[in-house]
Amino acid sequence: MARLSARDLTLQYEQRRVIEGLRTEIPEGKVTMIVGANGCGKSTLLRGLSRLLRPAAGAVTLDGKDIHSRPAKELARTLGLLPQQPTAPDGITVRDLVGRGRYPHQAFFRNWSHGDSSPHDLAVRNALDATATTELADRIVDELSGGQRQRVWIAMALAQETEVLLLDEPTTYLDLAHQVEVLDLVTDLNRRRGTTVAIVLHDLNLAARYADHVIAMKDGAVVAEGTGIDVITEELVRTVFGLESRVVPDPVSGTPLIVPIGRHHYPAPQATETTKPALEIAS
Amino acid sequence: MSRTVERAIVEPERTVGALKTAKKGPQLYVRAERAAKGFNRTWLLAAAVVILFVASILLGSYTVTVPDFFTIVWAHLTGGEKIPGASFIVMENKLPRAIVGLLTGLAFGLSGALFQTMLRNPLASPDVIGISHGASASAVVAIVVFGASGATVSAAALLGALAVALLIYLISRGGNLRGSRGNAAGNRLVLAGVGIAAALGAVVNFLMTRADIRTAAEALIWLNGSLNPATWERIGTLLPALCVLLPLAAGLAKPLRLLELGDDTAAGLGVRVGAVRLGLVLTAVALAAVATAAAGPVSFVAFLAGPIARRVTGKPSLPASALTGAVIVLAADYFAYNLAPLLLDGTVLPVGVVTGALGAPFLLWLLATSNRKDA
Repeated sequence: MARLSARDLTLQYEQRRVIEGLRTEIPEGKVTMIVGANGCGKSTLLRGLSRLLRPAAGAVTLDGKDIHSRPAKELARTLGLLPQQPTAPDGITVRDLVGRGRYPHQAFFRNWSHGDSSPHDLAVRNALDATATTELADRIVDELSGGQRQRVWIAMALAQETEVLLLDEPTTYLDLAHQVEVLDLVTDLNRRRGTTVAIVLHDLNLAARYADHVIAMKDGAVVAEGTGIDVITEELVRTVFGLESRVVPDPVSGTPLIVPIGRHHYPAPQATETTKPALEIAS
Repeated sequence: MSRTVERAIVEPERTVGALKTAKKGPQLYVRAERAAKGFNRTWLLAAAVVILFVASILLGSYTVTVPDFFTIVWAHLTGGEKIPGASFIVMENKLPRAIVGLLTGLAFGLSGALFQTMLRNPLASPDVIGISHGASASAVVAIVVFGASGATVSAAALLGALAVALLIYLISRGGNLRGSRGNAAGNRLVLAGVGIAAALGAVVNFLMTRADIRTAAEALIWLNGSLNPATWERIGTLLPALCVLLPLAAGLAKPLRLLELGDDTAAGLGVRVGAVRLGLVLTAVALAAVATAAAGPVSFVAFLAGPIARRVTGKPSLPASALTGAVIVLAADYFAYNLAPLLLDGTVLPVGVVTGALGAPFLLWLLATSNRKDA
C-alpha cells in the first residue's frame, strides 16, 4: 500500500532532463531510504515528490490524487518536507522557528488563541519534546551547534503534523553521533506516530540499517527497490556507485554493511607477523 | 514551573540573585523581556511619529498654538471664520507637508523592509536597486522632454518605478528557476538593480545638461526628494493608495515570515512561493512608487528604516519599519525646513539631502559589519 507514488514521472530543470518516465512508490507507514551516487537524481526525485518541482510529464499522486491539483496549504497538512540545509533568519528563536511549522494549519486572516491548551501550542510543545529541544526553546537558532540546529528543523517539520514526511539529506555536515541521533529520531517518529518517511541519504550503511524499504537510483532511474537485505548487494554497489565492495552482515543490526574496496590497502594483509600485535590488542 | 521562576517573571528586580540558581529562570526571563521589549518599543516608535508630526505642524519658523490649530481646522471643515495668515500657512503648507511626510515615510519604510526581508539582503531596498531611480528618471524625462508638470509628472514617476521593477524582476527570475538555494536570486536582483540604477543615473545626468536652468531646477526636486511640493492633491492620490497597500502588506506578512526560511521550506509548508513573491514585489514596488510620486526619491529612507527598526525593537518587524520610515522623514524634514535655514543663512534644504547625508555613512557601516559577519 502506498500513499505517495510517482507515475511515469519526468523531471527537468529548464532543458536538462534529470528523470524520465520514473515509476516508484513510497510505502505507507515505513521508512524509505532513497540512495544513489552524486547526481543520480535522488534529490530531484524528492523535489518532485514534494511538489517543489512540477513534472514535465507524468504525475506524483498522494492517495490517488495528483499533488499539483490540490491547494498548497491543504497538501502541506498531509505532506511535509525538510529541504537540504534550510536557512534560518537572523535572530530567530527556536520556539518561533518551530511555530512556523504550524502555518498550514492556520487560517489566513484569523488569529488563533495563544493559550497553553490551543492545538498549535500543543503541537509545538510536542515537537520540541520529541526532538529534545524544549530546553533550547528560547535560544537563538544561529547560536546552536549543527546537531542541535538539525533537531530544531526536524521539530519544525514535526510541528507541521503531516502523515508523510520527506527529508533531503538530513544528516549532511553532522558528525557520526549526530547522524545516528537524527535517524533514531526519525525512526521514533515512524514507530510512534506511524508517519510515512522518505529520506534521501548519502551514507549507504546507515541507509541500510534504518530503512524498511530502499530505493536505489542511477542516472535518473530506479535500479532496485525492496528491503535493505534484498536490494543492497555487492552487485548493486558495483552498478550504482561503480565501486567494488564486500557486503557483510552488520554485526550490530544484521542489516547489510558495505565495506568498500579501493586501490590501496587491498588485498587485505594476511594475518602475518605484522598484524599480530593489533589482533592481540583487539582480543 | 518552579516558584522561583514565576517570581522571576513577576518581580524581575527582586530575584536577580535567585535567578542565578534557577536553571530555567534566565531563559524564561529573557524571553518575557524580549517579547515585551519588541512590543513596547514599537509603541515608542508610534509615539515618536505622533510627536514629530505634531511638532512639525505647531513648531518651526511659524509657530501655531494648539487651540489655534483646532480653530483653524474646524474653520476649514465648517467654512467658518479663518485666522488671517495662520489659516493659509497651516492648511496649505504645514499640514499637507506633515501628512505627505508621514505617509511617504510609512510607505518607504514598509517598502524597504518588505524587499529586504523577502530577498534576505539588507541592500535590497528600492532606493538601492533602482526603483526610485526609475521613478526619478521617468519624471525628469517627462519634465525636460515633454514639458509635463503637476499630476502628469507623478504619474510618470509611478510608471517609471513599475517599469524598472518589472525589468529587474524579469532579469533576476532567470536565475530563480533552478530552485533557489541560498541567496542567489536575491543577489542577482540587487546586482541587476544597481546596474539599472547606474544606467538611469546617466540618462538623468544627460537630460539635466541639456535642459534650460528653470526646467532643471524643477527637475531637481525629482532627484533629491522634497516635501516642498506637498499639496492636498498629492495626499489625494497617496492616501487611497496606502489604504489598499497597507492591508495587502499586512496580509502578506505571514507567508513572508515563511519565505524567510527559504523557498523550499516555505513551499513545503504550503506557501505558494511564486504567487506570494509576486504579490510582495508588486506591493513593495507600488509603495515605493506612490511615495516617490508624492515626494520624489527621498534617499535612503527605505534602506535605513528596516535595520534601524530592528535595532530599536530587537527583531525584524514590518510595522516598526514603517513607523521608523515616518520618523526618519518627519525628523529629517523638520531639520531641513526649520533648523537648516538657521545654520545656512535661510537656505531650505530638500529633505532628501538630509536623509542622504545620514544614509551614506550608514550604508558603509552596514557593509562593513555585514561583511564581517558573513566571513
